[in-house]
Amino acid sequence: MSSPAWFERLRAHTVDDAWRTYDAVQAGPEGLNAFLAVDRSARGADTGRLAGIPVAVKDNLATLGLPTTCASRVLAGYMSPFEATAVRRLREAGAAVIGKTNMDEFAMGSSNENSAFGPVRNPLDRERVPGGSSGGSAAAVASGVVRIALGSETGGSVRQPASFCGIVGIKPTYGRVSRYGLVAYASSLDNVGVFGASVAEAALGLEIIAGHDRFDATSAAVTVPDLTVATTVSTEARPLAGLVVGRPVEYFPASLDARIAEQCERALQLLRDLGAEVRDVSLPSTELAIPVYYIIAPAEASSNLARYDGVRFGVRAAADDLGSMYERTRSGGFGDEVTRRILLGTYVLSAGYYDAYYRRAQAVRTLITQEFAQVFASGVHVLFTPTAPTTAFRLGEVSDPYEMYLSDIFTVTANLAGVPAMSQPIGTVDGLPVGGQLMAPHFGEATMLRVAAALEHAQRAGGMS
Amino acid sequence: MSSETITNGWELVIGLEVHCQLKTRSKIFCGCATSFGDAPNANTCPVCLGLPGALPVLNAHAVELATRASIALGCTVHETSIFARKNYFYPDLPKGYQISQFDRPLATAGAIVVGVQPDGTPRVIRVHRVHMEEDAGKSVHDRFADMSAIDLNRAGTPLVEIVSEPDIRSAAEAGAYARRMKQILEYADVSDANMEEGSLRVDVNISVRRHGDAALGTKTEIKNLNSFSAIERAVEIEYARQCRVLTEGGVVEQQTMLYDDKRNEVRPARSKEGSHDYRYFPDPDLPPLRLPSAFIKHQADALPELPPARRSRFAAQYGLPENDVEQLLATRELADRFEAVASASGDAKRAANWMLGTVLASVNASGLALSAHPVSVDRLAALIKLEVAGDVSNTAARQLFAMLEQQDGEPLEVARAAGLLQVRDDGALVGWIDEVLAENPAEAARFLGGEKKLQGVLVGLVMKKSKGAADPKKVNQLLAARAG
Repeated sequence: MSSPAWFERLRAHTVDDAWRTYDAVQAGPEGLNAFLAVDRSARGADTGRLAGIPVAVKDNLATLGLPTTCASRVLAGYMSPFEATAVRRLREAGAAVIGKTNMDEFAMGSSNENSAFGPVRNPLDRERVPGGSSGGSAAAVASGVVRIALGSETGGSVRQPASFCGIVGIKPTYGRVSRYGLVAYASSLDNVGVFGASVAEAALGLEIIAGHDRFDATSAAVTVPDLTVATTVSTEARPLAGLVVGRPVEYFPASLDARIAEQCERALQLLRDLGAEVRDVSLPSTELAIPVYYIIAPAEASSNLARYDGVRFGVRAAADDLGSMYERTRSGGFGDEVTRRILLGTYVLSAGYYDAYYRRAQAVRTLITQEFAQVFASGVHVLFTPTAPTTAFRLGEVSDPYEMYLSDIFTVTANLAGVPAMSQPIGTVDGLPVGGQLMAPHFGEATMLRVAAALEHAQRAGGMS
Repeated sequence: MSSETITNGWELVIGLEVHCQLKTRSKIFCGCATSFGDAPNANTCPVCLGLPGALPVLNAHAVELATRASIALGCTVHETSIFARKNYFYPDLPKGYQISQFDRPLATAGAIVVGVQPDGTPRVIRVHRVHMEEDAGKSVHDRFADMSAIDLNRAGTPLVEIVSEPDIRSAAEAGAYARRMKQILEYADVSDANMEEGSLRVDVNISVRRHGDAALGTKTEIKNLNSFSAIERAVEIEYARQCRVLTEGGVVEQQTMLYDDKRNEVRPARSKEGSHDYRYFPDPDLPPLRLPSAFIKHQADALPELPPARRSRFAAQYGLPENDVEQLLATRELADRFEAVASASGDAKRAANWMLGTVLASVNASGLALSAHPVSVDRLAALIKLEVAGDVSNTAARQLFAMLEQQDGEPLEVARAAGLLQVRDDGALVGWIDEVLAENPAEAARFLGGEKKLQGVLVGLVMKKSKGAADPKKVNQLLAARAG
């Protein structure tokens, strides 16, 4: 059997191509700043499904031979003595890990402006943000340096930058990909995710890194389906016949930018044309997702980031006593957004506030999860929504933290419920890409990717750039 | 005022928190060795160092041992328990939190019998809960000038924390509770339970209140107790201190105290603990621990006979006095060896006397482990049989034991070679008797003339002549027959 066209494109993009593009897009004051460290000697292996194929990895995934800084001063220059399972699996498949990508510090942010090493620029408009927190990986794929990159998700950090940069981004089911070696932000929400230049390329990346890992107690012993097969679009006229696509009304509020809503409706019409039934459904607790997320994620972060204390690794500030060493190391080591979330998380876990905030947030999280389960149990196979409420905004345009948090309003729910979700380009507004989001039941990646591939195929056939 | 006067009218209320190190080869959340005494930080890895990206994976053997410990302490083991993070900053706490259990512990509601009450009913101290957790590392302050060092070999060692209800009412009860606890954990084979080595660590919570009051007083916590007697001494000191403070109109401050063994004093810890807000929350890295009832039953079945059951059985089966039973139960090894000797020799009382007397003294003097003691179960049993049969005297038996400590060989052969076997042969005995009577004609005449009280003197002379080898019983019989 001959290789599909997408695979030929992937294989044709060599490490040398990657460096040529890299040198072009990173150069100058307007350079993307998508990478924090590179390995020009990386060649990958001669065999394997990704033999010799250049990939990029977000800087919160532990790597051997390249620093792992999480774009934080507190980890400047930190070399991990072990490698993340997802990265190891890429290398075992033959990939050449050419570099570590810029990100919001400790994955906290939606614009990649929170990096201690400067913001990343959107390759499609250098005055704009690439989204975050995996902005470097998204920019690396969108600019053509690599065709597959790893990111991470806690509330939309793969899907939102994929949407802003016009590429595909997948957040798998919680437990589908090992978190071993993913530097923790909020452990119950964190996922390793994948960016791809196309649905099939992202799916291949996911298939390679997915599967049970005995080093992560939360990784699931669930068989990984053949996702390449799932993304092979059938030649039938109505390949999605019999499939029900839910349109959760809460994700299409009256306040939604009409131009984004229009792109979504066009995509939904394409899905109908492909044979799917589109059905309005309701996920009533959606509006609570942002407040719930900003209780649970900071709570876990406040604990996960306690280890950056200057004692064993990373940066240590000089001080006369232990208390001031901690204080100076952490005050100097963390940026504003990280500090804000640590303080918020410390507060919501404190005695006297735990029940009012953390316990209640967990109860609402359970409710949100149940609502997803009910919708999927009602015969809906996948959900379709906008990925983000806006297109890429200008650098510095959003300065209010709460306004920034709302950028993830359509994506945090999948992290709270643990279901798989993805973003793919569905059109443009004023020349900027708009992402459409698909969500599926737990471990329903194959169905989700089948729909995504069919939609992508129909869009290309229909002339969407 | 004497300390006895000062405590008049005040009731002592004590609860114990015992940290017990489980006997696993590897740590609770990683594969590092739990061995003791290796070079600093030799037994560490990304997980127990808390490096970025590392994740804990629960050690199944630790769960088995913790379950067994809980069952042995009479607790109900829960089918679901949850690991939680206890957050605080300390240099020897690598992650900035300790993985422990909080509102859903492994087991709850157990009990330990610590003795008998005046009315004859058992004195029971309730166990509130048992939970699993990881140990922290060690800060070393005395090795480098102007610097503290950290050894994380111990970080991640599996522990169970066993919390009692505040049922304990005296220093002696606190000691008894801790001793019985150690005994049970040792029998259950879940821990070395050694206070000196730190595999059993006891913290005492102590408060006082007026007799008859229902509410508890403000408590202090005493740490750094490394022996059972230290527990008892520290409790007495702190009891008197709190009573004095209250009698003088002061208030007891909630604080952590340290016991100084050398000076025999209790003083406040330098750093004020107790004001911590640990911000417990379920650890998202570890799924809830689910133990099927079949697993719990299997662990219960794996337990050997525990001290309470053995205590009643020893008393009933062997008819031993309570004090002997208690001493024999002190360690499982001693009790097991006693049972083996009792069974092989057929004389439990003598077996108990030998074990608690000569054998323990020899073990203590030699520093050898009981299991390595040269007088094996079989050799001790053979010795006891010789003693029962009258083949060796009580005195000779002790000599024989001393010889068996030094040399190999069957006890009978060793005794024979050393001339320790009693001579019971009439011919030899009559010969010695004749010689003694001939050498002491005056006494012989008086004895044969009816002065029976001289028999003892003559037996002594015969024994002396035989160099202790004559069987005194037979000599008595033969002499009595002569006197007619």
